[in-house]
Amino acid sequence: MKRSWFYQAGLLAAAGLVLWFFVSNTAQNLESRKIASGFGFLAREAGFEIGETTFLAYGAADTYLRALGVGLANTFRVALIGVVFATVLGTLIGLARLSSNWLVAKLAAVYVEVMRNIPLLVQLFFWYAIISENLPGPRDALSPLPGVFLSNRGIALPLPVAHAAYGWILGALVLGIAGAIGATLWARARQAATGAQLPSGWIGLGLALGLPLAVFHAFGAPLAWDTPELSGFNFTGGAALTPEFAALLGGLSIYTAAFIAEIVRAGVLAVDKGQFEAADSLGLPRRRAMRLVILPQALRLIVPPMTSQYLNLTKNSSLAVAIGYPDLVSIANTTMNQTGQAIEGIGIIMLVYLTISLSISACMNWYNARIALRGGAR
Amino acid sequence: MRTIARVAGAIALAFAAGAAQAQSTLDAVQKKGFVQCGVNGGALAGFSAPDSKGVWKGIDVDVCRGIAAAVFGDANKVRYTPLTAQQRFTALQSGEIDVLSRNTTWTVTRDASLGINFAGVSYYDGQGFMVPKKLNVKSAKQLNGATVCVQPGTTTELNLADYFRANRMTFKPVVIETLPEVLNAYFSGRCDVFTTDVSGLVSTRGSRAPTPADHVILPEVISKEPLGPAVRHGDDKWFDIVKWSLFAMIEAEEMGLTSKNIEQQALGKDPAVQRFAGATGDIGKMLGLDNRWALNIIKQVGNYGESFEAHLKPLGFDRGINALWKDGGLMYAPPIR
Repeated sequence: MKRSWFYQAGLLAAAGLVLWFFVSNTAQNLESRKIASGFGFLAREAGFEIGETTFLAYGAADTYLRALGVGLANTFRVALIGVVFATVLGTLIGLARLSSNWLVAKLAAVYVEVMRNIPLLVQLFFWYAIISENLPGPRDALSPLPGVFLSNRGIALPLPVAHAAYGWILGALVLGIAGAIGATLWARARQAATGAQLPSGWIGLGLALGLPLAVFHAFGAPLAWDTPELSGFNFTGGAALTPEFAALLGGLSIYTAAFIAEIVRAGVLAVDKGQFEAADSLGLPRRRAMRLVILPQALRLIVPPMTSQYLNLTKNSSLAVAIGYPDLVSIANTTMNQTGQAIEGIGIIMLVYLTISLSISACMNWYNARIALRGGAR
Repeated sequence: MRTIARVAGAIALAFAAGAAQAQSTLDAVQKKGFVQCGVNGGALAGFSAPDSKGVWKGIDVDVCRGIAAAVFGDANKVRYTPLTAQQRFTALQSGEIDVLSRNTTWTVTRDASLGINFAGVSYYDGQGFMVPKKLNVKSAKQLNGATVCVQPGTTTELNLADYFRANRMTFKPVVIETLPEVLNAYFSGRCDVFTTDVSGLVSTRGSRAPTPADHVILPEVISKEPLGPAVRHGDDKWFDIVKWSLFAMIEAEEMGLTSKNIEQQALGKDPAVQRFAGATGDIGKMLGLDNRWALNIIKQVGNYGESFEAHLKPLGFDRGINALWKDGGLMYAPPIR
């Protein structure tokens, strides 16, 4: 016992010594080479423009800190939407691969094998080239729908002009969703008590969509569109989706979906065949058997590896540098180059990704604990 | 992947003990037997680009070759590290390269805060704009609302934002790190405008555009961009060698010394030429080099004018402000005596 304590303390001291050596040596080298250090640069004017911003407004006169914030917001935007897309697409492909339809199953298999075996960076270049090389310039943009323009500057979409009613509609939507959840809980309690089933899904959908629609009409259906128009070099007005964002989002979603598909397939296949048969013999319809018996068991196997995929997608979004999407790494790189403070910059990048990754892990672990076997030894 | 290079640089800084300080760059270079020179990895024709045989050519490359000729008497004892705009300073700071000769603008921020010193100017440049002819743009003042392709971490990126701000115009930047990728974006029409130093515009238009005549360079030059080699701060001896190797090339042009005639001229009676070629005096020794250092540079690499003729003239560059001072340009070397 005593000896083990001695070794542990020795190891800790050695690790501390190594760390101290690196930190002090770096500081000394920076000092002797007259390289600026410290985080004071964060408050200085950045002086460069950023192509697209999420939530935060930004101009060249803003600080480096704000520029990094814009980069972080851009990373979040692509990662969040990417996770949703990849999950939906991956689940569909994974289930398709289990389909009894030969063609569907084989197509899904080809998708998985092709997408997960080509490096992501190559795929990003591919999608970016497809968009910027094949689409026409803004002056002869394609217009598949009125007000929607497709060009090598991206997709320009019409946006509803803000109206006082929209706040109320949003409120109605929240209320509707709350109502839907209430209806589901009530239907569940009723079924437990009486055995009678209610179509709670349809009732919920009706509440969630019906309430906002009713409010919309009560206000006299106010709808005006801010349509994009070609003025000078580019489209102005409406909303725009840049080719860089589209290529990055598409590339990340499609690539990660291939891995998610395999995880979903593995999860479903791992559920014992007897469970299907047991559900059948109880007389449960196939869809309800899937939802009530198979999926809850499959999820326990799916969630932990899925967490890894979400983390991968978020970290892979740093490949944005290559195709010019202004994510955190891209902005931090520019900042480092202009201030020369690579160590601080790398430190910020590492800290931010660590924080994001640990947060995702924490959320997924919480979810995993919720769906895990109750009372099981953990 | 760029980040990997940066992390590596940071780690190198953590490891590089006082050793790098104790041993001078000249000693280290002589010991390993070659000069490690950081050049433009984007293959910027005329400045640094490998030819069809894989041999690096250009005036930035000639600066490296000149240093090798001065140190070793052999201009070929150079190894090249191709760098992006973002990697270049970390590579120099961490000791990965001995000299950075990569069309890099000399600014006070870089000189004072990056731990590097600029050793002179090898090309006086300025930032300009290139647009497709079919857009019918005649002046940079008409660029309001344009999408502009630019490389990150450059003075170009900052001047661009300044220029549009000063003229109350807006623009959308598309920021891509590597030169080939940013040029692809411009030539495929993703951007309306490509901006970099005018030399870069002329060079890429001549060597990369599918049809060079389809692109025009606008008349406005919005900044001063003196490009030159840089070394690490704190090694004055090496700084002197790099500085005077460049000056020797400029001085030789002024003295009429070329790779063809310098050996002959060295035998003549002109005391300035004899001093330059190392036949008399001990300038080389003062620099810690062989006394024939300058003769070796000119004989093997050529003078500044020869380098310009060989690499930049064919691409359509004029001497312009890069002519010698006596011809109305800015190229001026302090006396070599």
